[in-house]
Amino acid sequence: MSEMTYRDAINLALKEEMRRDKTVVTYGEDVALYEGAFKVTRGLLSEFGELRVRDCPISENTIVGVAVGAAMAGVRPVAELMTVNFALLAMDQIVNHMAKVRYMFGGQTKVPMVIRMPGGGGSQLGAQHSQSLESYFMHCPGMLVAYPATPADAKGLLKTSIRDDNPVIFLEHELLYNSKGEVPEDPEFLVPFGKAAVMSEGEQVTLVGYGRMAILALQAARQLEKEGISCEVIDLRTLVPLDMETVLASVRKTGRAMVIEECWKSAGLGGDIASRIYEGCFDTLLAPVRRISGLDVPMPYSRKIEKLCIPQLEGIVQGVHDLLNEPY
Amino acid sequence: MAETLRELLSEDELLRFYEQMVLCREFEESCAEQYSKGHITGFLHLYSGQEAVAVGCTAGLQQKDYILSAYRDHAQAIVRGAEPKKVMAELFGKATGLCKGKGGSMHLFAPELNFMGGYAIVGGQFPIATGLAWGSQLLEEDRVTACFFGDGSMNQGTFHESLNWSRLWDLPVLFVCENNFYGIGTEVHRASAQAALHRRTCGYDIPSEKVDGMDVIAMYQATKRAAEWVRERQRPYFIEAVTYRFRGHSMSDPAKYRSSSETDVWKSRDPIINLSRRLLEEGIATQEQLDDIAKRCLAQVEESVRFAEESPWPEDAAVWEDIHV
Ligand SMILES: Cc1ncc(C[n+]2csc(CCOP(=O)(O)OP(=O)(O)O)c2C)c(N)n1
Ligand SMILES: [Mg+2]
Repeated sequence: MSEMTYRDAINLALKEEMRRDKTVVTYGEDVALYEGAFKVTRGLLSEFGELRVRDCPISENTIVGVAVGAAMAGVRPVAELMTVNFALLAMDQIVNHMAKVRYMFGGQTKVPMVIRMPGGGGSQLGAQHSQSLESYFMHCPGMLVAYPATPADAKGLLKTSIRDDNPVIFLEHELLYNSKGEVPEDPEFLVPFGKAAVMSEGEQVTLVGYGRMAILALQAARQLEKEGISCEVIDLRTLVPLDMETVLASVRKTGRAMVIEECWKSAGLGGDIASRIYEGCFDTLLAPVRRISGLDVPMPYSRKIEKLCIPQLEGIVQGVHDLLNEPY
Repeated sequence: MAETLRELLSEDELLRFYEQMVLCREFEESCAEQYSKGHITGFLHLYSGQEAVAVGCTAGLQQKDYILSAYRDHAQAIVRGAEPKKVMAELFGKATGLCKGKGGSMHLFAPELNFMGGYAIVGGQFPIATGLAWGSQLLEEDRVTACFFGDGSMNQGTFHESLNWSRLWDLPVLFVCENNFYGIGTEVHRASAQAALHRRTCGYDIPSEKVDGMDVIAMYQATKRAAEWVRERQRPYFIEAVTYRFRGHSMSDPAKYRSSSETDVWKSRDPIINLSRRLLEEGIATQEQLDDIAKRCLAQVEESVRFAEESPWPEDAAVWEDIHV
């Protein structure tokens, strides 16, 4: 184990996988010479050279499409979209191509590729640069979706993503890059897909999060613990596949659930998970499932009002109090 | 150049160019300071070095003409007529800002000035400019739409689709590429197979020219000619303004990908110093006059900062406003 940042953990995963497998390549806007807008790809160009680490034009749809083609040809591309917001320009290649090619060609080909994309709000980047689009990707069958919360998972999930033969959307939270944690040094350390992590065990309420929302949930649980309230915190780790088994087992135990999602509430993943909880735990629920979500508005720039639009620690804590006070 | 400035423009116009460029420079330098103090947050892309493009082009257009820009938009908005204090208030996230604090640095908008926005998705403005031009053509408003964008954005599909479309439908769009040689850290020849950017329009049968974007007079003349051509023929035209940003891409970019000698060469071609030298040489202004102008600009910028500081934050309820009509 060694302590490192979420950024460095991703960087290490890339390096280890590129050392292990010569067919792993990476490219994106300002990925090579500039070493990434968020400096995630530091040192890659110097170690692996310009054939395997490349800068490319600002052409998102083609960034994804080129990865699809290269993957079909037998390469394992890890493409970076500078932020998740720009994936919207690539939705055609993502949804109509990347996610469909294997199925519509009757399983005769595969698309082993990863698209890394930093995202999330909270840095006053305004409406076009602060989006949380995880539900968009979850909605479309044919691709996997990972969203690590901790440095260890960032490393382990990215390595699994690169080795997986399916296309993977790999979401990174911009506000987590500097967060630190213990990360296994073992180059064979992999975090399996579809296995949620119980970050903290508890009895009264199950908090379900992912990415930065899992970290907020954990902070809320620690704060509530001081008040004598016991929460179980579940980090989904991958949104596709979705580990409902772990969630349902927890909710059967606690009887109460809260889903914390950074995306917009309307048609957001929290509604989907809540309905699955109702289906699986209807008879044992002590209160309606709560959702803490991003506000259904385009993100305003001004920090004074931006924070109203993103789930906050206080909102989660208050939500747990409300949940426990439900008159059921 | 054989012509003297006086033969081209009135003294008033020349001094106005000078004043506008200095105002933009002072404004941007003040933004950098306010950013380091934490008053401005988020992304901040400064225009220092590129002033001749906004000032020369805007002067070559008519006020009724539409202007669109990317996220490096403060100068574009101010030169078009936006009050610096409202722009600064926007950057501070205050309710008195141009967009009520909802847009921020990258999203200025002033429809009463026909400034139709700063867009932060690279290439997002191309189709919108094309649509504005179509709309104003249908409404017989005799407007030109001037669409500003960076060298890096020319690799987006929207660029190619909009050029083709605007020529196919023969729409009055003036495309102005601000070629500052970099898209963040990627130099133009590393992103564009044809690095002579103005030549990329031939596939769409759109005439183009390359102009010295460090020379406000050249920018003015080229734009005036081009805008009238577009207006008369109702057809798109393309200008490549060759320019340079003196600072990094944004405040978080130390610009290590370019040498200081390269930057020095461009700084020696500073559009403000360029014009002041000619104004002095040709006896159009005295140093004292130019100093007075600079002082006036500085005072205006300081007043903007004061206004922004003293302005109220948006009310919480504002988050729910302006979503639908
Ligand atoms: C669709 C999209 N992709 C990527 C980005 C990130 N990005 C912001 S500015 C920029 C470079 C643009 O360069 P250029 O068009 O030359 O404009 P300049 O910044 O030089 O004015 C990039 C890649 C973005 N904002 N939008
Ligand atoms: Mg540029």
